[in-house]
Amino acid sequence: MISVCGVSKRYGSAQILNDVSLDIPDGSLTALLGPSGSGKTSLLRIIAGLEEPDAGTVVLSGENVTAVAPQRRNIGFVFQHYAAFKHMTVRDNVAFGLTIRKRPRREIDARVNELLGIVGLAGYSHRYPNQLSGGQRQRMALARALAVDPKVLLLDEPFGALDAKVREDLRGWLRRLHENVHVTTVLVTHDQEEAMDVAGHIALMNAGRIEQFGTPREVYEAPATEFVLRFLGPVAEFCGRLVRPHDLRVTRDHTPGAIAARVTRISHLGFEVRIELSAGDAAPITAQVTRGEARHLEVNPGDEVWVSAEDVAASIRLVG
Amino acid sequence: MQQSTRSRLALRTVALGYLALLLAVPLAMIFYRTFERGLGAFVHQITTPACISAISLSLTIVAIVVPINVVLGVVTALALARGRFPGKGILHAMVDLPFAVSPVVVGVSLTLLWGVHGWFGGLAGHGIHVIFSLPGMVLATIFVTLPFVVREVEPVLVEIGEEQEQAAATLGASRGQIFRRITLPAIRWGLAYGVVLTVARSLGEFGALTVVAGGVAGQSQTLTLLVHARYLDDRNTYGAYCAATVLMVMALLTLLLMVVVNRQRATQSEEVAA
Repeated sequence: MISVCGVSKRYGSAQILNDVSLDIPDGSLTALLGPSGSGKTSLLRIIAGLEEPDAGTVVLSGENVTAVAPQRRNIGFVFQHYAAFKHMTVRDNVAFGLTIRKRPRREIDARVNELLGIVGLAGYSHRYPNQLSGGQRQRMALARALAVDPKVLLLDEPFGALDAKVREDLRGWLRRLHENVHVTTVLVTHDQEEAMDVAGHIALMNAGRIEQFGTPREVYEAPATEFVLRFLGPVAEFCGRLVRPHDLRVTRDHTPGAIAARVTRISHLGFEVRIELSAGDAAPITAQVTRGEARHLEVNPGDEVWVSAEDVAASIRLVG
Repeated sequence: MQQSTRSRLALRTVALGYLALLLAVPLAMIFYRTFERGLGAFVHQITTPACISAISLSLTIVAIVVPINVVLGVVTALALARGRFPGKGILHAMVDLPFAVSPVVVGVSLTLLWGVHGWFGGLAGHGIHVIFSLPGMVLATIFVTLPFVVREVEPVLVEIGEEQEQAAATLGASRGQIFRRITLPAIRWGLAYGVVLTVARSLGEFGALTVVAGGVAGQSQTLTLLVHARYLDDRNTYGAYCAATVLMVMALLTLLLMVVVNRQRATQSEEVAA
């Protein structure tokens, strides 16, 4: 387990982390998710020992490592821009940690070959990093981090520098890798879709604090704060509450709790249909329905309809 | 920009004419004067005890200065590129100081400090002579060559960034291992270029040495000082040409090395950019 307790960090006058506590279960894949400047990368670097916290402790597998150098934390770290050793071949990159540990050559060769097979770079061992694509470099960096059998694998925006297609491939690939290797993994990302897709747990961070920690379903379906609700997807304002546009129900007939509204505009966006509504003096409402629902509803601009919110757990009451 | 053939030719003529007149012609003249009396006379001039001593003194200074500048230069470059400390700006400016200060001033200030009447002049009473002997010449040469290694290595360190070093740290490498296996291979061509520049500048240093070196033939006379002494004091202009030619051949060898190293460095920085 990774236990972060009361960690604070400031750079000059900027408070990057403010009394952060977090328990990451063994064997899980956890995403630190938040906008840039939320402190997620700093938290990851503090777990790795690459930064020192001003206050608080970091415990890895029961051992307080707050004052332990990164060399002795038994971690694997993957950087956004790969941090490939440019003057070494792929083989030497992956073997680096084992060479430092002075393992016998035969053992190193076997381990490197095994890992290159796992990351799909079996034929590339004599290439140099500049002969690889971005995705290949990042897989090499992953193999390099895994070579030393780390207790914890830390990934800092690992797919951030890659284009969308490669990113999606690597995401699925990382998920399968984690299913096979089972090393406790922490992934920093600002992409909510990536976090929801890959991670078993998500810690949502904002302004140096953790807003909520839970499974993707928990944070999506029962957001603890307005920030969480807004960060994970589009929101609509409805009767003093923030709700998901797809949780708004538009009907021809009156239902309990519904309010009357007039359709102002309908946009067909492929599988979803967006209905813009105005209800009296309130701010315009945007509801999102499926194509099937829209066809069933058969509304046109100018029609009078009833709108109600479906899933109250996933909404947040607006203050003031 | 499109240029007419005529203006292109004119530009080329000006550039080449300028280089020929200011660089090639004077140097060629010295070669011509050196060898017009035949190889034997040349060999005779450069094998006098004074000349051999001057060559070996110049090379000795290079041999002492280069390792010192490599070690201190890399340390300074690391401090400038990686360190966060107050006064970094001042350190930056100080490294460039030798570019700005005339070597003669360097010589005079070293004499003020280390001369018999200087702050550390008392050392002479204990048999440690700095001014007018090898230590003073080495100090002066270090002063004027200090920026080269720092200025070649520091930008490379900035360019490669800290991530490779941090990655090595997370993989268990100690500071020493990180330096040997990650940092040093990355800066090697920048460092080599800095060394070549240091060698060239050390061999050619004259201004500071005229003040701090005794200039005693066979003892404290470097090759540059020998050229000067033969030319002005001994009225041995031919001997001066011969010594100058030796100096020039050394410089040309260094230049050749410079071209080779520079090419390697360029390929490497392309790799870094890739």
